[in-house]
Amino acid sequence: MNGIPLEQGLIVAGLLFALGAAGVLIRRDVLFILLSLEIMINAAGLAFVTAGAMWLQPDGQVMFVFILAVAAVEVAVGLALVLWLYHWFRTLDVDRASRMRG
Amino acid sequence: MLHCLWLIPTLPFAGFLILAMAGTRLPHRAVASVGVGATGLSAVLALLIGADYALRPPAGNAFAQPLWTWMTVGGFSPSISLYLDALSVVMTLVVTVVGFFIFLYSAENMGQEEGYSRFFAYMNLFVGSMLTLVLADNLLVLYLGWEGVGLCSYLLIGFWYRDAGNIHAANKAFIVTRVGDTALAIGLILLFLQLDTLSIREILARAQAQWPHGSEAATWAALLLLGGAVGKSAQLPLQTWLPDAMAGPSPVSALIHAATMVTAGVYLIARTHGIFTLAPEVQLLVAVIGAVTLLLASASALVQWDIKRVLAWSTISQIGYMFLALGVGAWSAAIFHFLTHAFFKALLFLGAGVVIAALADEHDLHRMGGLRRELPITFWTFLAGAASLAALPLVTAGFYSKDLILNQAWGSSPGGPLLWAAGLGGAFLTGLYTFRMVFLAFFGESKTPVIRKPGVAITVSLVVFAFFSLASGFLQMPALIAPVSVYSDFLSRSLPPAAAATVPRTTEIMLFLSALIVPVFGVAASWWLYIREPGLPAWVAQKPAGAALHRFLLGGWGFDSLYDTLFVRPFIFAARLNRDDFVDLVYGGLAWCSAQLSGRLVQTQSGMIRRYAVGVLLGTVVALGLTLFFKELP
Repeated sequence: MNGIPLEQGLIVAGLLFALGAAGVLIRRDVLFILLSLEIMINAAGLAFVTAGAMWLQPDGQVMFVFILAVAAVEVAVGLALVLWLYHWFRTLDVDRASRMRG
Repeated sequence: MLHCLWLIPTLPFAGFLILAMAGTRLPHRAVASVGVGATGLSAVLALLIGADYALRPPAGNAFAQPLWTWMTVGGFSPSISLYLDALSVVMTLVVTVVGFFIFLYSAENMGQEEGYSRFFAYMNLFVGSMLTLVLADNLLVLYLGWEGVGLCSYLLIGFWYRDAGNIHAANKAFIVTRVGDTALAIGLILLFLQLDTLSIREILARAQAQWPHGSEAATWAALLLLGGAVGKSAQLPLQTWLPDAMAGPSPVSALIHAATMVTAGVYLIARTHGIFTLAPEVQLLVAVIGAVTLLLASASALVQWDIKRVLAWSTISQIGYMFLALGVGAWSAAIFHFLTHAFFKALLFLGAGVVIAALADEHDLHRMGGLRRELPITFWTFLAGAASLAALPLVTAGFYSKDLILNQAWGSSPGGPLLWAAGLGGAFLTGLYTFRMVFLAFFGESKTPVIRKPGVAITVSLVVFAFFSLASGFLQMPALIAPVSVYSDFLSRSLPPAAAATVPRTTEIMLFLSALIVPVFGVAASWWLYIREPGLPAWVAQKPAGAALHRFLLGGWGFDSLYDTLFVRPFIFAARLNRDDFVDLVYGGLAWCSAQLSGRLVQTQSGMIRRYAVGVLLGTVVALGLTLFFKELP
């Protein structure tokens, strides 16, 4: 259980986070943006778990449970927003929903 | 009885409050009864108190009634208190009694005007303020009344506020008198700094004790007080507002701009006479101002075509007589002329108001004529007033008061033949312009139809004033005819008698005869010019020189255009120059900068959610980078 060193775990978490961030920035489809956000959240969770394993403390896993709860809430709100976005604009492209400018 | 003194100014103020709060909801008759009644009650009370004062003089011939302390700031604690002596008895009687009959007149004369209750509210406020002025025990309360009457004058000149010209006249009156008021305010401060009190009696006592005769402090104090008096009483060089003030209704001209307010300056000088005696140069200046003003104003009155402007210039000229009297130390003669002038000038203004109303708002003397037959009562009363103004000998009040002034101008120490000659020349011109007005308006053939005749209230007021214009002179008669001196005996309780003029008997007879004959000459000249040879004045006015002179006099000796170039235009120019307010530029600049910045920031609000995400990310990266960077620093 103690096979993964801290550096590797953190590198994977960082890569995951960067991937998610790139997805948020590049994708125009709101569903994919939400997916990318989930990836970013999970990257943060991975970093917690890795750190917890390093110090043999349960705090990291406790934090991951919190993160899961936050992610669930975020999905609930996010999906509601997606539904309304589609209802108003008949599209999932976030760049089309840019009427609140200036 | 004297303890009811506080009620005299309070009643008109109460009338003002009632009319100001409920005036528009009250019926016409109620407004008139509140308006006239408040001042009427005040007049009755003033008569009772005056009689009480005359018959049972209080200790020291003066009665002071402290009401309450206005404020206490350090050593400065002016009290609101009233002061009654012979001078304020005369002033109070004139203000309330003349005021009452003018109110009675206006109840009818102003009947058809809109703003009937507003008119009576202002008039009551005026009477209240004027009574505060004349009954004030200290200079601060006097100043309160002084400003109060100035305000009412402004409000009433601009009574018909829909006409821009009237508003202009009201502004002019207010601003020009403000020059004098400012001088008076500075004078008050000077007096307080020097003498540490504002109570008039204390000031006079301490000035006598502390200031040597002709000292600099006394001179400045007297000069500043004179400045205030000159502004309020429309004397040279601040006389320009009074002819324009005729834009107000006739009763206003009669009450404010003839009988009471404009003589406040005379009252002020008489009240503070002790300071003027200490400054003989300033006192001489008062006499010179009076003499020059009376000549200048009566010359201007000669050529006016507006009947009310003739009377306005004549008022300036008659107040000039009062100043002349004050200047030669004939205090009670000045107040005597004030008394008779209040009656006959109020009468003339009221008569002019009847004429103007009868001819459908016609002010032009050349379009009047023949009113003798159409308005007989107005004619006879107007004639009585005119005779009194022109000082026709023996039967009129104006003769006795003017004769007294001329006599003193010759005989007393600062006076002399020059001042006397100015007064006598003025008397000739007075006869000339007064009867020019009478002949043009009431004689000759009728030019404009009469559409309105005076009713009972107007007739009563006119007759009462006509009676007083003729009879009030018998209170004080020259020793040559009948040694009656009821009036000066009464006033000597509070004003020192004039320095006894010891002139030889032949000179006295000469003075008396000249005062007797010269006004008659004036009237005769007027008859010759306007009845006998009516073409002559017009012929003179057509010559180039005559026309230029006519224009010059009509415009009041060019003072208006002089002040226009000297003060008004530069001021307007400076105001134009600074239209964008230099100080304001700083604040405007600040507002402009923030508007520009906000414009830049607005552009970042693109509505593109992914750009916001970039912003958030970049911000996080920068924040983290900074944290790391500074962590590495020692």
